Amino acid sequence: MRLDTLSALNAERAARRPALIVTDPEDGGQRLVRAAEIDADPLGPLLRERLHSGRSGLGEGPDGRPVFVAVHAPPVRFVVIGAVHISQALVPLASQLGLDLTVIDPRTAFASPERFPGVRLIAEWPAEALREFGPLDAYTAVAALTHDPKIDDPALVAALRADCAYIGALGSRKTHARRVERLQAAGFDAAAIGRIHAPIGLDIGAVSPAEIALSILAQVVATLRQDRIKGSNAAAGR
Amino acid sequence: MLSTDDDILRAAEGWRREGRAVALATVIETWGSAPRPVGSHLVIDGDSRFLGSVSGGCVEGAVITEALEVIEDGRPRTLEFGVADETAWRAGLSCGGRIRVFVERID
Repeated sequence: MRLDTLSALNAERAARRPALIVTDPEDGGQRLVRAAEIDADPLGPLLRERLHSGRSGLGEGPDGRPVFVAVHAPPVRFVVIGAVHISQALVPLASQLGLDLTVIDPRTAFASPERFPGVRLIAEWPAEALREFGPLDAYTAVAALTHDPKIDDPALVAALRADCAYIGALGSRKTHARRVERLQAAGFDAAAIGRIHAPIGLDIGAVSPAEIALSILAQVVATLRQDRIKGSNAAAGR
Repeated sequence: MLSTDDDILRAAEGWRREGRAVALATVIETWGSAPRPVGSHLVIDGDSRFLGSVSGGCVEGAVITEALEVIEDGRPRTLEFGVADETAWRAGLSCGGRIRVFVERID
């Protein structure tokens, strides 16, 4: 790989823009395709499919020669709304999974460095905190854990608008039913609201904060790795 | 979507900018059970220092040896490892899978 290609790739990755490297394994010919350049590319449909699935792999070039397409999607960030007990349990587990965690909570008594050593904390209301965090995107997971609609709702609205990779909200079915009414009133349709995992977490019978944290992260992984789950529609075509 | 190769490509760029000779190995195909998914990287410098993984340790030694040759002659090549290969006597995948690894020099 040419150093300038590698450098351009790293620049895209640093800016959290997806990019692909297309390589001819036979002669080593290689080029970078930025997400914005896919539509105009002769390999457009193949590259789009690869980017969508997030899976690198071999494909066929226009002349029938094999091409290797390496997908470089931005690393997933995990935004947790609420500096609560479950969030504390999430910190070490998320770090083990390589998820870059940020905790947002305007209540400074909760969002204190003593409770969250070494974690990126933003002790602001979601609107302000998300400005500071930077734009949410399709490579961000968001979990709302405060139980307080004043804090959770604006974050969920922002996550839905940004088409975040994963959106989850803590609370009972009753709490969620009221949340659904508020989101409907805010103009979201059933399909959008249906993207929110609520009650949050895979049903593993979790009780303790650590167990709930595990169930949330299991659901995040299951969502991000959807296309690899055996028996899933996405996996069936592969 | 979960990325674990975040620092490897940055290291590859940094090493090259420091003036070190650098090769990049990438898993381009796997069959059966393979320890590391397609797209996984191993970066190697001219002094055999390396970062990352293409097989969880099974064939790294052989990849590094080939990478030093790629650094030498600049010719990219594709390596194949698996239990069915002759190379399995030297470096094989105990899990029974097969992998193909593309090795190229950073120029």
